[in-house]
Amino acid sequence: MLTKRIIPCLDVKDDLVVKGKNFVSLKFAGDPVELARKYSSEGADELVFLDITASYEKRKTMIETVRKVAAQVFIPLTVGGGVSSIKDIRSLLNAGADKIAINSAAVKNPWLINQAAKEFGSQCIVVAIDAKKVGNDQSKKWKVFIEGGRKETFLDAIDWAKEAEKRGAGEILLTSMDRDGTKRGFDTELTRLISKAANIPIISSGGAGTLGSLESIFREGKADAALAASIFHYDKYSINEVKKYLKNKGVDIRC
Amino acid sequence: MIAIIDYGAGNIGSVKNALDRIGVSSVITSNPKDIKTAERIILPGVGAFGAAMDSLRSKGLEEPLKAALKRGVPFLGICLGLQILFEQSEESIGVKGMEIFKGRAIRFTEGKVPQIGWNRIIPKAKGEIFRQGYAYFVNSYYVKPEDKSIIAAITDYYGEFACAVQCKNITAVQFHPEKSGEYGMGFLRRWMEC
Repeated sequence: MLTKRIIPCLDVKDDLVVKGKNFVSLKFAGDPVELARKYSSEGADELVFLDITASYEKRKTMIETVRKVAAQVFIPLTVGGGVSSIKDIRSLLNAGADKIAINSAAVKNPWLINQAAKEFGSQCIVVAIDAKKVGNDQSKKWKVFIEGGRKETFLDAIDWAKEAEKRGAGEILLTSMDRDGTKRGFDTELTRLISKAANIPIISSGGAGTLGSLESIFREGKADAALAASIFHYDKYSINEVKKYLKNKGVDIRC
Repeated sequence: MIAIIDYGAGNIGSVKNALDRIGVSSVITSNPKDIKTAERIILPGVGAFGAAMDSLRSKGLEEPLKAALKRGVPFLGICLGLQILFEQSEESIGVKGMEIFKGRAIRFTEGKVPQIGWNRIIPKAKGEIFRQGYAYFVNSYYVKPEDKSIIAAITDYYGEFACAVQCKNITAVQFHPEKSGEYGMGFLRRWMEC
């Protein structure tokens, strides 16, 4: 059976991997190529690189980083952050990325999903959704935020995930802004709702902090993959430890 | 010379990167002449069945490829490079494949589609190339060969499907060895030796 994936995320700024809390206050963590190689050898199922500077001038630096990593690491590589055009997607794929995550640009111009899926195939188009809970416990809603979490939109996260699938996305990368960087555990509820609503794989992100939270995102959250950064960057757990734990708990895991 | 066929279907740089890693030099080419002189041929490919066949034909690559397969040149098809060896696919109704093998590619009807991730390879017979282990898949369609004896390995995704076929000089796999870490490198090394 298909195994659940453990994916370390590397937020890259000026060719360095960084990790913040609730989308702000960045702390240094390490060199992208070194970390990619380390994670791959420890059993990471995939790697996600997010270019969090993503300004036009820095784009070239990111492409170079992707090229270096792809030449040395032989597991799938997803790249995102500031991707806004077919041209951006093509240059990252040519540099060696396997999948491209699009976020704000897909919200502003949903046709980009259709075009990209047609041009490169759904299998390499990941729609990234940054969602935050609004309203109270009685009327639970998750809104989509764009521009690195700075701007609220009118979109409902679950509806948007369904629309992304319809337009040709091959996968959803769902980040809970409420949990991101907090180590309080994933947003299991939101992940489960989206996993049920869309028939494409869901990568859940934001809040990984304990082994138990990883188990519950697969079991209760029905995620297909879990993304985490700080627990791996700061050596709280190795990927191998995480995978062994999950396997012992009966989760389908490659290790 | 090992020729990696470039027909505009996906990320072929990663196949070359993987061969570089195991110390095998290769060239990426879309020149029919290179197919005639190649010692080994790799046909990668992601994307849609119909677009891939159109591209192979418009670049004049189909006939030289068929001739090479017939001559006995060791051949490795990857992902779409497996599917287009068959007659047709549900993905692109009405488009003829290369028709090397009888059968067609059909869409998964259960579970999330595409299948994305690492799944277990179960070799059918004791072969030189296929070993038990996990490999990386990204596919919405899988092949259903009419001749079951060519099935070299199977994988389970809401039911068993053929993840690899083998017949004489032809080996073709649904998974991506170039993205399957150590398992993939080992597979490519063994294919090089066969």
